Amino acid sequence: MTIQKSQWAMKSLLITVIAALPSLAFAEETLNKGDTAWMLTATALVLFMTIPGLSLFYAGMVRSKNVLSVLMQCFAITSLMTVLWALYLYSLAFTDGGAINGLVGGFGKVFLAGIGVDTLYGTIPETVFMTFQMTFVIITPALIVGAFAERMKFSALLVFMALWATFVYAPVCHWVWGGGWLGDYGVLDFAGGTVVHINAGIAGLVAALMLGKRKGYPHVAMPPHNLTYTVIGASMLWVGWFGFNAGSQLAADGTAGMAMAVTQIATATAALAWMFSEWMSHGKPSVLGIASGAVAGLVAITPASGYVGPMGALAIGAAAGIGCFFAATKVKRAFGYDDSLDVFGVHAIGGIIGAILTGVFAATSLGGVGFGEGNTTMGSQVVAQLIGVGATVLFTAIMSFIILKIIDMIIGLRVDEEQETEGLDIALHEERGYIL
Amino acid sequence: MKMVTAIIKPFKLDDVREALSEIGVQGITVTEVKGFGRQKGHTELYRGAEYVVDFLPKVKIEAAVSGDSLEQVIDAITKSANTGKIGDGKIFVYDLEQTIRIRTGETGQDAL
Repeated sequence: MTIQKSQWAMKSLLITVIAALPSLAFAEETLNKGDTAWMLTATALVLFMTIPGLSLFYAGMVRSKNVLSVLMQCFAITSLMTVLWALYLYSLAFTDGGAINGLVGGFGKVFLAGIGVDTLYGTIPETVFMTFQMTFVIITPALIVGAFAERMKFSALLVFMALWATFVYAPVCHWVWGGGWLGDYGVLDFAGGTVVHINAGIAGLVAALMLGKRKGYPHVAMPPHNLTYTVIGASMLWVGWFGFNAGSQLAADGTAGMAMAVTQIATATAALAWMFSEWMSHGKPSVLGIASGAVAGLVAITPASGYVGPMGALAIGAAAGIGCFFAATKVKRAFGYDDSLDVFGVHAIGGIIGAILTGVFAATSLGGVGFGEGNTTMGSQVVAQLIGVGATVLFTAIMSFIILKIIDMIIGLRVDEEQETEGLDIALHEERGYIL
Repeated sequence: MKMVTAIIKPFKLDDVREALSEIGVQGITVTEVKGFGRQKGHTELYRGAEYVVDFLPKVKIEAAVSGDSLEQVIDAITKSANTGKIGDGKIFVYDLEQTIRIRTGETGQDAL
């Protein structure tokens, strides 16, 4: 270029940059209808995952005398968490906590103060963001239900869930997504591998150990009473999970598209991996196995969904399918604990596998989008992931134990033997699931 | 009068019912039951937990018949319920003291 032309180019460039500065400096986002439309839909999809997706998945796996108790617990948790989230949990998770913001948020948005029709959170209404996040605080405690199915007191369950959401879920959610300390470490957790799955899985294990085994376990046969429900529920979870993962982008864009694609690939791979593992190990492929494998894949891809590529998803799915198969069958039997519906085996183990492999497959060389803030190597990213996993495991285990202990001392956690034998549907709810 | 109780394989019910109709047995009562004899059960597997299921589904047929037709009835059931494999079932014969038709009040052979 001649000197005149290059000077002209520089001036044009400068003017363009200066003109754009206000929007860069203030980053005034406006409502994006595409993002909003998607997020409204994603919110509905994630709610659908709990009612009735997870509800049916679990309900089919318990004995018929307890089918209603599972549905009741999931429905009640949905309602309770909604109210608590609106009252104060959203504020605790997503506002600035001032001096202790590293650990927990504040009370600035209690009663959803300040959130009106036109309030924005990025490019979507804050109401939509709040409700979307609400569906996460709904499903996380609902997951735990599987660990103590068929023997937990309903009253104790309600108290436990309220306290757990307040003292465990809200802080951990804040750590990862609300401006807390794990976000600062560059921990990559796109849609809730730690916040939702490891959290629920570890709490489930603690609860299963504290409540003790079901009467007769493991000698008495307690086969699932209706696997058709379980498969229907697992299918609903699979479809709904697009809202969970792709919705965590909070926008209708390429990342959401990739999140959807990797979710599908990881889930399918995990389903096949569990199915083939079981086929080789026990001689027959089972429907409960393939459904469980799919859920394991969904869990594992959750933290990775915004960061990995299709082939990374394939690897994560395979690892989760095989890993969770072993955790839910061999390991559980070896240790002898009664985690009735494998909350630990699928959600904790799947979440941990996914969290660690996120650190691996986020690498651009492996098809990912690159590492988190402050991490330049795979090694440092994996370390960050391990910190996230370790912190969540320790915090949840200790806090869940304390909460359960307190409740046990005051009102008791477990139903009595007679109620357990009769079945919770009649004993606690005076209803029968099937009047045939 | 005799009460004939037969435990048979469920899929044989239609054959037995037809055979009994052909020899003039006009009514039977059928119940779904489970049980075992020498036929082994099967195993079921749920997430690594293997259960042995001893009880097998069977069908129980009860028919009130006259003493004269007893041999025919036993013969009809035996032939139609037979598959030659273990688990075909058994027939039990009880003495039947009284039979009453509720609608008309008839008793004995007239009520069969």
